[in-house]
Order: sequence, then structure tokens, then C-alpha cells
Amino acid sequence: MIETTKHDNSSRELIAFRIGEQEFCVDIMSVREIRGWAPATVLPKSPPYVRGVINLRGAILPIVDLAARLGFQPPEPTVRHVIMVAQVGTQVVGLLVDAVSDILSVTDDAIKPTPDVASDMAKTFVRGVLAIEGRMISLIALDNVLPALEPIAA
Amino acid sequence: MDAMAAVKQTFFQECEEQLAELETGLLAMERGEAESDTVNAVFRAVHSIKGGAGAFSLEGLVQFAHVFETTLDHVRNGALEPTADVMAVMLRAADLLADLVAAARDGHTVDSGRSEVLVGELTALSPGGAEAEAEEEDDMSDFSFTPVTVAFDFSDAPVDIGRSYTITFKPRPELYAKGNETVLVLRELERLGELEINCDASGLPSLAALDPEGAYLEWTIKLTTEKGEDAIREVFEFVEWDSSLTIQAADAGSSDAEPGADSTEDAFAALLRSIQGDEAAQPATTAEIIPLPSAEEREAVAEVEAQPTKAAAARNSESGANANAGAPQTIRADLERVDRLIDLVGELVINQAMLSQRVMEAGHVPGSAVALGLDELEHLTREIQDCVMAIRAQAVKSVFQRIPRLVREVASMTGKQVRLITDGEGTEVDKTVIDRLNDPLTHMIRNAIDHGLEKPEVRIAAGKPAEGVVRLSAMHRSGRIVIEVADDGAGINRSRVKAIAVEKGLIAADAVLSDEEIDNLIFLPGFSTASEVSNISGRGVGMDVVKRSIQGLGGRLSITSRPGKGSTFTMSLPLTLAVLDGMVVTVADQTLVVPLTAIIETLQPKAADVHGLGGGSRVIAIRDAFTPLIDVGRELGFRNTATDPLAGVAILVETEGGRRSALLVDTIQGQRQVVIKSLESNYRHVPGIAAATILGDGRVALIIDVDTVIANSQSDATILEPVLAAAG
Repeated sequence: MIETTKHDNSSRELIAFRIGEQEFCVDIMSVREIRGWAPATVLPKSPPYVRGVINLRGAILPIVDLAARLGFQPPEPTVRHVIMVAQVGTQVVGLLVDAVSDILSVTDDAIKPTPDVASDMAKTFVRGVLAIEGRMISLIALDNVLPALEPIAA
Repeated sequence: MDAMAAVKQTFFQECEEQLAELETGLLAMERGEAESDTVNAVFRAVHSIKGGAGAFSLEGLVQFAHVFETTLDHVRNGALEPTADVMAVMLRAADLLADLVAAARDGHTVDSGRSEVLVGELTALSPGGAEAEAEEEDDMSDFSFTPVTVAFDFSDAPVDIGRSYTITFKPRPELYAKGNETVLVLRELERLGELEINCDASGLPSLAALDPEGAYLEWTIKLTTEKGEDAIREVFEFVEWDSSLTIQAADAGSSDAEPGADSTEDAFAALLRSIQGDEAAQPATTAEIIPLPSAEEREAVAEVEAQPTKAAAARNSESGANANAGAPQTIRADLERVDRLIDLVGELVINQAMLSQRVMEAGHVPGSAVALGLDELEHLTREIQDCVMAIRAQAVKSVFQRIPRLVREVASMTGKQVRLITDGEGTEVDKTVIDRLNDPLTHMIRNAIDHGLEKPEVRIAAGKPAEGVVRLSAMHRSGRIVIEVADDGAGINRSRVKAIAVEKGLIAADAVLSDEEIDNLIFLPGFSTASEVSNISGRGVGMDVVKRSIQGLGGRLSITSRPGKGSTFTMSLPLTLAVLDGMVVTVADQTLVVPLTAIIETLQPKAADVHGLGGGSRVIAIRDAFTPLIDVGRELGFRNTATDPLAGVAILVETEGGRRSALLVDTIQGQRQVVIKSLESNYRHVPGIAAATILGDGRVALIIDVDTVIANSQSDATILEPVLAAAG
């Protein structure tokens, strides 16, 4: 989201999660709830990273496989996988991740600019990196996770 | 400015209600049921619109409403007899008032010539010409003694030249709370003549004791004006009720307006007492202090407050303010909140069902304490669901109310005499349906008058009364709402319909059709029987459009016709658009829902009936017609290989264009009513999918968009033009 690119020195909270061996985080304000994996209803003609839709208390919630979205090998979801329900603009999206690992309280100057890499994925999603206790955690922006904002080549 | 816009929106909503009341009242008067309650209600409706329009400076609307109101006042006080001619003018005036309101709302203008003509007609109706300027006293005339005042002021007003008045004006806190401002009132007063203003600040407490929202000042104003007392009162029109006001002509012994103002004060005091629950309340006239823009809400308040005292309640029922006394009290609620509530209750029902199932699985027998508790829970949740759904239900009255005007307009355009009979206005249906009922209904009514009814001379020649009857009725029938539009005209001219269909190439010249089949030809696209294209119902929009829009609502439209006796169009709609009747099917392990309205029949394909057409496309022979067979699983990308048609089920569907196709699915699970959920709100539109729903087990199922699935299958496969032996 836009606020993740803002640079002031106020402290903020981030929620960290794992995809495979890597750690990522998003602003905690955009996460509405965290729930366990439930089988999704497949949507026809959708990009491979859209797992389908589930019922979130009467609303239809699309599930984005964040691993596939970020270009990793998509997992075979198990009950141990987690869906982070996040607000993206006016929409609510479920993000499938391996596990939620931490809640981080950091100041903005702890967020370092993304190292110059060629990967499109990094340019599209990563807004900065944090070094915490020897781990590298990438801060990602959620505005582009849904295909609606990015026309898919089909 | 948003706050202002919101207030304005409320005003226009209230206008809608006032206009509806106005029309209902006028129609009752036209039928000769002009009780004083009715006349009062009509009068009040116009007055409220005028009051509100004044607050928003909608000059054109105020002026017209004023003239209208003046004429109505003559009817009210018996000076004008509500004859058929008078009522005709009144009804047209009501139509114009509605147009003016709509124009003010949408920011366009209404032909001023039309307004002038009606103003002329209305004025001509008034006995003794147009000098009546009775508006202020109108408000008061509900007090038993004020007619005397009216008479006095009338005789007095013309000779009021250069008189001076002493006005004392002491605002109460409510005046400021409602956003009124003393200085504006005084400035307005200044325009009437010379002012000498004294402010009495003696009531002002010390700063420590001062309530910042209180009102402590009193003004004494000496005004010398050529205008009469009426003009002065008009300045105070919107603040009078929230202040103590006396207006005294300097050379007159006493003011005649004072009793009115005093009794207002009394009424206010009484209202205060009744709010405080004082049993010793005076016979309060609370319901009368309401002719301000927000009359609607205040009326509700007044009614609530008035109930504790019997005297006030009795007063209420006899005053015109409550022509619909005993009508249920209502609140306005944001539709989104109601929808959210409905969603949540739907979830509650599903959750409760799942819980019951788990409990049974856990080995609790029916009859055990846990099971009994769950039964109770089930009853409660069902009841909650019914109640919540009922919140959205509305009577079709709101749609039917617009019809009389339509009938008048179409009747005068076609030169036909029409009597409209409506029935079952109280039939309730979901708001989503109400909102979309208007267009098809309008078209059906136009069609009934334009094409159904004969001209008066033709009717007389056929031995019928010159006046045709259009009957509009609504009723509930087996979980649906059925709306009928029946005319007593000539019925469908079958030979002509058939000739036109042949001429337009819709049927073969030698086709043998039953009467019913011929009647249904008028629903075919591109069919219009009007030999002369009228600007009423022949605008290229035929009954096919009506039928399609009704099908779009999950409804059906049918016709029955008897030569010489008339035709009846029957439309049947679901009670809500939030749910849909669907056939639940399985395709490649996915559960899908096919809307029932599209389905004609289902069948088990036989090897002999399925033929390949090359390019992977197939057709199936159904009663001598070759119909494209569409593999839904493949079409939606659930699987890549073609399924064996003999192992599946074919669902014969009809598209909006009237063409037929067969959808091949694996199995049919059953028929069910499902709640429609949007995919777009959190995702986006998915080609081939109309919406989603949540099944009893809590899982999401997709609802197939039959039309796009068929259209896509034709565009991506190299299918030849489907071979259809007969259309329709």
C-alpha cells in the first residue's frame, strides 16, 4: 500500500510471514484477520496464483497464493497453511502463506531500500528490506496482488 | 457542503412521499371520497413541499406550490366544489408539481409555459380570483378559533399602507439548534420597510452560568411597512415555532395573531411536559406545530410524544396531519446495513446447520438435551432470517402509484378513454425487485392502452362501453409475486400477428401454429404490431425487450388473449433478487449452479442423437432440431479433454436471444434456491460466471452465466451457425 513507501521516522508494526525459506512482511494495518486454510472453489479462466474463492462470513473472498504470485514454487496447501485476510484498496483478499512468524515493531529508518536486482517480482512487490537478528525480511506492498489491477495476458 | 446535500436529499425523499400521498388523496377525491381528512392530507402534502422548497430557495417550485395550495385551500374550506373538471386540473397540477420536484432534484428546468398555463387554470378555479394569500393562516387554521383570524386579516390586509408594527421576537435555543439565525431574519425584515431594532440583553446570565447553546436575547422591533401582517409573518415562517413572537399593529388595540402564537407556545409547553412524562399534560395540540420542511420526521416525533395523553391522540386522529393515523411508524435505514445483516443471518443459518450436523456426528441422539437446544436454536435462526428478509420487503404500492399518471398521459395521447383499476397494492416484494419493476410495468401498461384497447367509437360499435378498463393486480402465488395487466380490448388479432411474423421472416409462411403459439409471437425480437409507429409503445422496443428484462429478473412473462374480450399479460417474479432458483450440477468435481429461468428441460443424451461437427464441436438432436452441445467443464477450463456425452446430462437452455443450446454437465444434484453473492466486490468479473453463492455446507459455488458460456463457445470453437429447425 502507499503508506509503506512513506518515509518518516514514526514507529510502525509489521506482520511477518514465511513462504518457503523466505520471510516477508506487510503493514499490520492492512491485515484484518488470520485464518486456517480451507479448500477454495476454483475460478475458471483465472491466473494460476488465484487459488479460487472461499466464504468469509457471507462474503466471497478470493485467495491469492502469495508463493505463486511472487514467483516461487506454489505449495500444496495443508491445514497448517494460513490465510491472511488483507484489505487491498476497497477489496478484501485472502493471502495464502506458509505460516505467520512474527509481529515486528520497527521505525521507518530500519527499512532499507531494495537491493538492485533484476527480478521483476522484486520491483513489483518489494518496497524495502529489514535486517532483524540476522534474518532478511522483505517488506511487500499488496496493491498488485490481484489481477484486476494488472491485466493478465491470456 | 456534503451535509447540505444530505439534507437536500432527505428533502427530495420526503417530496416523493408527499407526492405519492398527494396523488392518492387527489384520486380519492376524484372518486368522490373527499373526506376532510383526505383534503387536509392533500393540502398538507403540497404545503410541506412548498415549505421545504422555500428553505432551499427553489423559487419556481415554491411559486407553483403556492398557487396550487391556494386553490386546494378553497376546496378545503368549501368555497370550491371538487367536481370532475376541478379534479382533472388538480391532477395535472400534481403531475407538474412532481415534474418540478424532479427538475429541482436533477438540476434541469421544466417548460415554464406549462407551469403558467396551469397557474392560470388553478387561479381561474379560485372563487374571487387570485388575491388569496392565506398561507400563514393555513398553518393556523387547524386551531379551532383561527378561521376568525383569517377573515380578519383578509379584510384588513389591503388597507395596510404604511402601518407600523411592534414585533417582539424571543428565539428559543431550538431555533439556533436548527441552524436558523436571527440576523438573517432581521435582514429579511429590513426589506419590508423601516426598522428600529432594540435588543434586550437583560436575560443574559453571567459568563459562568451561560449555556453556549442557550438563547438569551429578545428583540423588540418597530417596523413601518406598506406590506401587511402576512408579509411579516412570512419572514418568521420558519422560526416562528421555535420562538416567542408577537406582532402588534401600532395603532390597533390588540393583535389578532397573538392567540395563535400563544397557543403555539402552550402547545410547546405541553409537548415539553409530555416529554417529561408529566401526567398533568394539557390537551396538547402537539401535532399541529409541524409545518416545517422536516415535517415528516417531526410528525413522527409529535405522534410519539402525543400518545401518552388521550386528548392529544384524539386530536391527532381528527386533524388532517394524520390522514394515515394508525399507519405503522417507520424508520429510514441505510440499505447497506440491512444487506449486511441479511448476509450475517444467512451465515448464521449455515453455521447452525453445520453445528447440528457435527453434534449428530459426535453421537448425540435426537432428543438429548444438546439436540433439543439445537432445535430451539434452529427455530430462532429461521425466525430471525424471516424477520430480516421482511425488512427489505416493500409493498408494490410505490410502483403502482406512478401508474395512474401514466394512464392519464397515454390515454390523452391516444385519444382513448381508460379507467384503471388496481388491486393488491399491499403485496410485498423485495426492494431489489421493486426497483426494477417500473420499466417493464410501464411498458406493459402503455402496450395495454395503445395496442390493447380500442378507440371509443370502435368500442361503442362493438357494443362495449366507450371507456376501456385496464386492470393492474398483484398477488403472491407459490412463493412468487404475480403481476397481471389485463385490458378489456379487442384481444390479439391473430391473423394479423401471423401475417406480420411471416412478413418479417420470423416464421415460415406455411407454419401451422396454435393460438397460443401465435400469441407468443409478439415476444419475438423485432416484432411490433403497431401499423403506425406511435411514440408511445412503438419505439422499436417491443414486448421482446419487456420479456427479456423480466427474464433478467428471474421472472416469466406470458399472455392469454380472447378475441373481443381483451388480453392479459401475466408476469411472475421471484420475491427477491437476492436469491435465485437454480439447478445445482457437478462439472469436473466442481459444484455449479445453472439459473432455472434459462432451463427448458434436462435429458440423458443417447448415442444416436449426438453428432460431431468437426473441430471438437458437437450437436445433439432434440425433437428434430439440432442443438449445439456445449461441454461446460471444457468451456470453463475445468478440464482439457472432452467428456463422454453419454455419461453426462444435457441441460437444454434458452438464451436471451431466444436461441437454444444444450449444456453438458456430469451430474445434477438437485434444485435449490441460492443467495446471490457478488464476485466483483472483492475480485473482478469472471467470464462465463454470473455470480457466486454459498451452499449449505458453507462452500462457495459459482453461478453460470448461460449466455456468455454459449457465446464464448461459439466464438472460440469453429462452430457453424447452429442449425435450428424452428425458432421459438
